[in-house]
Parts: sequence; structure tokens; C-alpha cells
Amino acid sequence: MNILLVDDEQELVSTLAERLSIRGIEADWTSSGEEALVKVTDQAYDLAVLDVKMPKISGLELQAEMEKIRPELKYIFMTGHGSERDFRSGSSDTRTICYLIKPVNIDILISKIKEALAR
Amino acid sequence: MADHWQTLGEEGIQFMGKMSASISHELKNVLAIINENAGLLNDFCRMSERGMDIDPERLAKVSDNITRQVQRADAILKNMNLFAHSTDTPLTVVDLHATLAMVIKLATRFAANRVIQLKLVPASEPLTITTRPFLLENLIWRCLDMSMNVAGVEKTITLSVIAGKDQAVIRFQGLGSQLEERSTIFPSPQDTDLLTILQSTLTIDSAVGELTLTLPQATSN
Repeated sequence: MNILLVDDEQELVSTLAERLSIRGIEADWTSSGEEALVKVTDQAYDLAVLDVKMPKISGLELQAEMEKIRPELKYIFMTGHGSERDFRSGSSDTRTICYLIKPVNIDILISKIKEALAR
Repeated sequence: MADHWQTLGEEGIQFMGKMSASISHELKNVLAIINENAGLLNDFCRMSERGMDIDPERLAKVSDNITRQVQRADAILKNMNLFAHSTDTPLTVVDLHATLAMVIKLATRFAANRVIQLKLVPASEPLTITTRPFLLENLIWRCLDMSMNVAGVEKTITLSVIAGKDQAVIRFQGLGSQLEERSTIFPSPQDTDLLTILQSTLTIDSAVGELTLTLPQATSN
């Protein structure tokens, strides 16, 4: 599997990538939405894990742009909202398959990644 | 005057809620980073148990990451505590520079999301006035929010405090040419209520892209 992690908190996203790598899942990462679009253009990822709130371009806006480049790409969102219900109340998007509340449990993340890729 | 207070009560609750939501989001990020670094240390322990060599430098770096995030959380909470205590006394003496610095820290996340830098000009000496601290913070936030809306991305907004005769002035500079377009919606009725109760005035100079908030040396009851 080929995964891209995007979060403007560089220490979070780089450490998450390292922990996934220890578990045999290779994940590329970036802390910039703009760079994420370049990466998605250059490489065929299977799944993107996106932070919801980022400067310049939000996770949901990034998803919309990525879908134009790679319609087959799947998504998991990470949010600092208090609960999934809080986040969903601010989003009209019903297509996304999974929202994880920060701090993320790595085992749950891996399970959601596998679940998403199996669909 | 009663109508002013009702509007300001609702506005004040919204202000407090907005700041609390922003702070909780930022703390969630801090906790997420600590969580991943603590998890990574645990991963290293498991790897070591299986006989793998772990570079001590790598362990030290992860530990440093955790320490840095704890310091970040501490700074956020200290500022939040200052903000919360500004409701303790309705009318009191405040250090304007310190108040401005606190509101700028509260606004940092909003600025980062808009890719805007906030710069506070250092004060040569303390400048204190007698005012309503929470309402003043609310008014400064509303001016700053409007300033960020008009400045545009990748701009710097410079804030400074100047002493005048029996008054103090807060300047918001670097707002660009869009300021004039907003003059029909700013100041809003809520802004006007805050200005009235704080006995202050707001001047908008579209030509130079500057807001000036003039506050009396002492706000009366």
C-alpha cells in the first residue's frame, strides 16, 4: 500500500510516518497542502490521511483537488475537533469514509487504513 | 445603555467560545504530537526487547520533542489562564502592551490559518489605562479579525501602542487597500457598542491601510 500523510504539524506527521514504517506500512508525508498536490500528481497513492484544518488549503478542499488528479484515491481525516459529531456538524461532506479524532491511536489508524483499502 | 450590555453579553460569550475552541484545537495538536512521540519511544522499547540496537541520539531527539511540546502546551495554558482571569474585575488598571500581546497569542492560530504574520512593536515603557479588560480584549480581537480579513494572505499586520495626552492609541498597520471596501460593514453595531462602553473611538485610514483605536486614560463606570 502507498499512503500519503498530510498535516501542517510536521512533528506529528513525520512521527506518525515513522511509526507506520515500523509496522511495515510505508507512508510518505508532507506538512503542506500545496506540496501534497504535487506529490499526488507525481505518484499514485492508494490512500491519503489528511488533517482537516491547515493553512492556505483545508483538508476538505485538498480532498476536492486531489479527486480531480486521482479519482480513485481514498481518504481518512484527522481532526482536532472534540468529537466526530462536532466535526460532521461543520461539514456537508458525506462521502468521506473515516474521521479520526486527535490524538490518534495507531492501531485504530492501521485498522481504518486496511478497511478503506479493502473497499 | 441596557441594550448595549445585552449585545455585549452575547458577543462576549461568542468571543470566549471562539477563543476556547481555538485553544482546544491547538492543545489537541500538542497532545497528538506527544502521543506519537511517546508511542515511538514505546516502539523503540519493543524493538530493543527483540534485540535491535536503538541509537541513544534517536531516543534523545524523541524525548526533546516531547519536552518541546510540553513547553508549548504550558505557554498556551498560561495565556488562556490570563485571558480567563480578565473577567475577574469589570473595571481595573491594565497594561495595554501586555493585553495586546495576550490577544495576539490568542489570535496566532487564526492568523496561521490565513497565512498572516502578526508583529507587535516592543514598548519602550509600560502604558497602563483604567478600563474594562475583557471588553477591551473583545474589541482588540474584533479589530484584529477585521484586519486579518482585509490584509490578505502572506501579509504582516503590525500592532503598536502609543501614549497620548490623557489617552492611549493602538495602531493596526499593514491592512492594504481592501480596508475601504469594508468600511460599510465595519464597525458593526457590536463594535459600536464596545466602542461606546469603552468610551473609545476608531479611525479607519484606507489610504495607508491603518486602523487606530483611541482609548481614554480612564474609562468611567
